[in-house]
Amino acid sequence: MGSTNGIEARGLAKSYDSGPALCGLDLDVPPASVFALLGPNGAGKTTAVRILATLTRADSGSARVAGFDVATESRQVRRRISFTGQFAGVDEPQTGEENLRMMARLCGLNRRDARNRARDLLAQFDLADVAKNRVATYSGGMRRRLDLAAGLVGRPAVLFLDEPTTGLDPRSRQAMWVVLEALVKDGATVLLTTQYLEEADRLAHRMAMLDHGSVVAEGTPAELKARVGRQRLVLRAAHQAAYDDLLFELATRVIEVDPAGLSVSVATDGAAAAIRSLLDEVDPLRGLVARFAVRAPSLDDVFLALTGRGAQVAAQDV
Amino acid sequence: MSESTLAGLRNWSAMSGRSIRLTRRNVEAGVTSLMLPVMLMLMFVYLFGGAINTGTDYVQYVVPGVLLLCVGFGSSLAAVAVSTDMNSGISDRFRSMDVSGNAVVAGHVVASVVRNAISTLLVFGVALLVGFRPHASPAGWAASGGILLAYVLAMSWFAAAVGLLARSPEGANAFTFVVMFLPYASSAFVPVDTMPSWLHGFARHQPSTPVIETLRRLLLHNNEAAAPWTALAWCAGVLGASMALTRVLYRLRTT
Repeated sequence: MGSTNGIEARGLAKSYDSGPALCGLDLDVPPASVFALLGPNGAGKTTAVRILATLTRADSGSARVAGFDVATESRQVRRRISFTGQFAGVDEPQTGEENLRMMARLCGLNRRDARNRARDLLAQFDLADVAKNRVATYSGGMRRRLDLAAGLVGRPAVLFLDEPTTGLDPRSRQAMWVVLEALVKDGATVLLTTQYLEEADRLAHRMAMLDHGSVVAEGTPAELKARVGRQRLVLRAAHQAAYDDLLFELATRVIEVDPAGLSVSVATDGAAAAIRSLLDEVDPLRGLVARFAVRAPSLDDVFLALTGRGAQVAAQDV
Repeated sequence: MSESTLAGLRNWSAMSGRSIRLTRRNVEAGVTSLMLPVMLMLMFVYLFGGAINTGTDYVQYVVPGVLLLCVGFGSSLAAVAVSTDMNSGISDRFRSMDVSGNAVVAGHVVASVVRNAISTLLVFGVALLVGFRPHASPAGWAASGGILLAYVLAMSWFAAAVGLLARSPEGANAFTFVVMFLPYASSAFVPVDTMPSWLHGFARHQPSTPVIETLRRLLLHNNEAAAPWTALAWCAGVLGASMALTRVLYRLRTT
């Protein structure tokens, strides 16, 4: 991969006392792109990111980040990356501004540049009003934003973000996405882990689904979703007898049932005409279907389709 | 100066500023580390002093020991600070930024020196109020400050190594008690001769004793045998070993 800003991993494996966390992970992230690692808890996402960010040593396999080997050239790697983990990497007794200025100094900026960089980032992350307050007084969302800003201080070429928007409100999440998109446009590479398919879909150029420490599927969001099927139409029956009737009428077209919620799902392309004719066909007297909803496949659907197990079940496996 | 030396200095200064701010804002620990030494001083002089016969005014005898007890306690707080770092997300952040373990630790050691300088001045002021009458030459004052600094550096860095070893800040806190009690088994508060004979070996050959005796000699010009070079050798030895240990422990702790 030479001196580019991409990520390349071959056969990464890592075991802990509790068992294997990664079993031969291969990854190729082209420069200036966003790559999302998806998977349930315990799938190995965090371990993978920590190895690539030089924080954990792999038992076997190799990886290059921004053109340098993570094991043998870790200092070169560290000068070009930033890592934002699930636990806030900022000091609670310091103010937001002090945290960012400290990070800027550690990234090699002089005092004046450090002050300016901190001010710009605080404004960008909507923290200017609380810049002089101690982080201990911040809300969870504010702390998360400061943490993300701290990861951007050094203008890294490669960013590692472990569940960056967990705990953020929708507005902050949107803002974060906009920031990340701008960074990638400027040539940065982003590897993030997420449990939200929506986030991967919105941001990632490519994504990989992890299960039990290896990749079970990789591709563009569109490719992965195509393997799962299109959107689904969820029909909720008016009562138990109606539910049984619906199951009988739809027969093999049913792709998912929820007996407790009296609902059945069928594939759809979301077109109004198709939905109207389907409803007319299965419920001509307009008494069986109480409500309907069209929804995109969730991470759980994707995971179920690719592994045959629900993501919740998989998380309990570990 | 080379580029990497400059970067190293900048990191040390940024980390020192950080640790000093963290110390300043930890009000409870700050009050404890200032109040406790003063209380100890008053306790020894007024509660125990009447019963202890050292051949001189007890306040003259005990002040160097109390000073050492205070800086020992102040230094040991570095263990808690380092352990707190190791158990928080910030240590991952630093490691992924090419900030060396020694820079992180050095920041805490610098903060420890600053903290101890303040508490020493305070204790010294109280000592003067309760009747301590030093008569040292200017060189004696400077040498006393120097030897206290050496002791603070050695104990702080040792504490930092313990902080890396401890699994939790609470565990690291237990270490402060060990350091607190070290001077008790020395000539700090009572002459070694008055202790049971099996304790003599330890009491004479531990770092506190030569440091205290050197301080007494420098500040009071008494006739006590003093071993300044032994004191400095202890400090240098503990400091060197702790720095080496820190390097190894930091690597072990973070892979």
